[in-house]
Amino acid sequence: MAIVQTRKLTKLFRKGQPGAVVDVDLESREGEFLVLLGPSGSGKTTLLRMIAGLEEPTSGEIRIGGVVVNDLTPRQRRIAMVFQSYALYPHLTALGNIEFPLKAGKMPKEERRRKAEWAAGLLGIPHLLHRKPRELSGGERQRVALARAIVREPSLFLFDEPLSNLDAKLRVYMRTELKRLHRDIRSTMIYVTHDQVEAMTMADRIVIMNNGKIQQIGTPLEVYDTPASRFVAGFIGSPPMNFFEGEIAADPSGSAVLLGGGVRLPLPRTDLSGSVGRKVYLGIRPEHISLAASGRPISDSAWAALGMPAKVPASIEFVEPLGHRAIVTAGSPIGSFLMETEVHAAIRPGEQVDLWFDMNRAYLFDRETDAVM
Amino acid sequence: MEGAAGVSRKRQRWLGPAMLLPAMLYVLALVGVPFVLAFLYSVGDVKVGSRGYHFVGLRNIRSVLQNPAFLTALRNSFVFTVASQVLVLVGATILALALKDAFRGRHFVRFLILLPWVAPVSIGSIGWKWILDSLYSVINWVLVRLHLVNAFSPPMWLGEPKLAMLSVILVHTWRMLPFATVIILAGWTAIPKDIPEAAEVDGARFFRRLFQIEIPMMLPIINVAVLFGVVFTFTDMTVIYILTRGGPYDTTQVVPSLAFFTGILGGDLAEGAAISIFLVPLLVVIAWLMLRTARRAEVT
Repeated sequence: MAIVQTRKLTKLFRKGQPGAVVDVDLESREGEFLVLLGPSGSGKTTLLRMIAGLEEPTSGEIRIGGVVVNDLTPRQRRIAMVFQSYALYPHLTALGNIEFPLKAGKMPKEERRRKAEWAAGLLGIPHLLHRKPRELSGGERQRVALARAIVREPSLFLFDEPLSNLDAKLRVYMRTELKRLHRDIRSTMIYVTHDQVEAMTMADRIVIMNNGKIQQIGTPLEVYDTPASRFVAGFIGSPPMNFFEGEIAADPSGSAVLLGGGVRLPLPRTDLSGSVGRKVYLGIRPEHISLAASGRPISDSAWAALGMPAKVPASIEFVEPLGHRAIVTAGSPIGSFLMETEVHAAIRPGEQVDLWFDMNRAYLFDRETDAVM
Repeated sequence: MEGAAGVSRKRQRWLGPAMLLPAMLYVLALVGVPFVLAFLYSVGDVKVGSRGYHFVGLRNIRSVLQNPAFLTALRNSFVFTVASQVLVLVGATILALALKDAFRGRHFVRFLILLPWVAPVSIGSIGWKWILDSLYSVINWVLVRLHLVNAFSPPMWLGEPKLAMLSVILVHTWRMLPFATVIILAGWTAIPKDIPEAAEVDGARFFRRLFQIEIPMMLPIINVAVLFGVVFTFTDMTVIYILTRGGPYDTTQVVPSLAFFTGILGGDLAEGAAISIFLVPLLVVIAWLMLRTARRAEVT
């Protein structure tokens, strides 16, 4: 019913300049919470605004529920949208704001009132209905904006970074609230954010965008575990993935990657024999680098016993404790990198340590195309 | 550090008043003194050329109130002000609506619309005097060619009471329109883009967005434009002076022009002052409203 499809959707703001959105093919699923994720300027908001009808596509097609909506006004698309600024009508009370879409739909007064109260109840704001937006806190305004969106019971919701104006604590809370709302009303929701934590925690599927193009579409775990490109790998995950320039080399045990400073790490793969000499990036997440389990230096034979000997000598530079874990900046012949590890006595600035790279969790990216290998 | 702060604080104590002083003197000399003089004249027997000053109490005021010309002028003032401001408001809102979105040549059109405001009013009004002239009126020429009026008895725009009033109102509207347009345009561009967009997504069509969202949000600014326009119109006589001199038969005479004709051209300073004093209570009310609106506009 409320499946959104785009075909070759493109938006150019100025001729001759790179498009804000380029050839986007997207298809949402019924009742899904789809997150458009990307850095600022990646085209995610423009894509959302084209779906809403607030921006006219330069070319391509948008369908909502199977109907081509390119020539329909936002009103005719029967969707709801929550703006980053909430866009509440400042001269109307919360009730006036929530009722406005119903008024525009010419609903009789009593029914309107009943609906508005139902929406307010769902968001827990019945006691705020007589207040003007300027008398409400950020979180309360957010709820009024949400109530205004759900009051028409649309089958498609669009969210444009709705939580970015809230403080950190409230943001985490509203995340859960929104998920609960989605579970309760089961409408399709398309949600734009640049915050990967929001995307990971809320999305059924994530659409990762950069430079106006879709980089990858997948569930949160898919985009985390099997990133399609160096961009996705670097964008998803916090602290971000480490990248090292290297070259594929032959190795008695299969193949290996040759990194700066002569460091050679074995690769647990058998499909790279034809790629010897290819320039690559080795990618590894901070949480997949660790000290030996005991925290004590261990012998080479013990390393070998771990199955995948990938030892990198490093010196600890900074330690940022997060409580039970710490983010460590380490310097090494292959470049400096981050690792995330349990807080350990051995981890002190200035210490020389051997770090273990979990090569089973490492990625290779072609240095020319940035695609995963 | 502390010493320097002390010095600058000491300097601040006299610097502020010193910088305000010229403005204060200006207002006192050019507004305060004439205002007090007008009060004194209105209760005295001053004529142009007379030497003495005798207090006569409310004699001038009583005489003004019994003067039918004054009562006509007072009524005309209200008609002139209300009619022109309503036209200005509607016209300026439509113009601002047309000009707020980008289109090719927008800057040129904005410039054209501002012209009546930047051109000296005397030049503009003299142009209109010819446009509305009984013999050479281009309007009549066009109307005659279109066979809408009889070539031998065309409308006398400035010579027939109703048409004369209509003419001065339209010319004054023409003159005030740019100012109001610019103010309303500023109000419009101050509305965050999200809000009309939200209304659009919420299903509101053009007129609902205009009358239920955009105009209510601009209300404080529209109020400012209206109050300025009212003050400016109620106290102004330029257009009337140049086009009709209050005629025919005082049918376009307004309070300021009557005061001018009586006090300056007629030489009866005392009675002229008494007439203009009647503007005070009204303008006080408007000034109070203006300040209140301005304060409210600040809050939101």
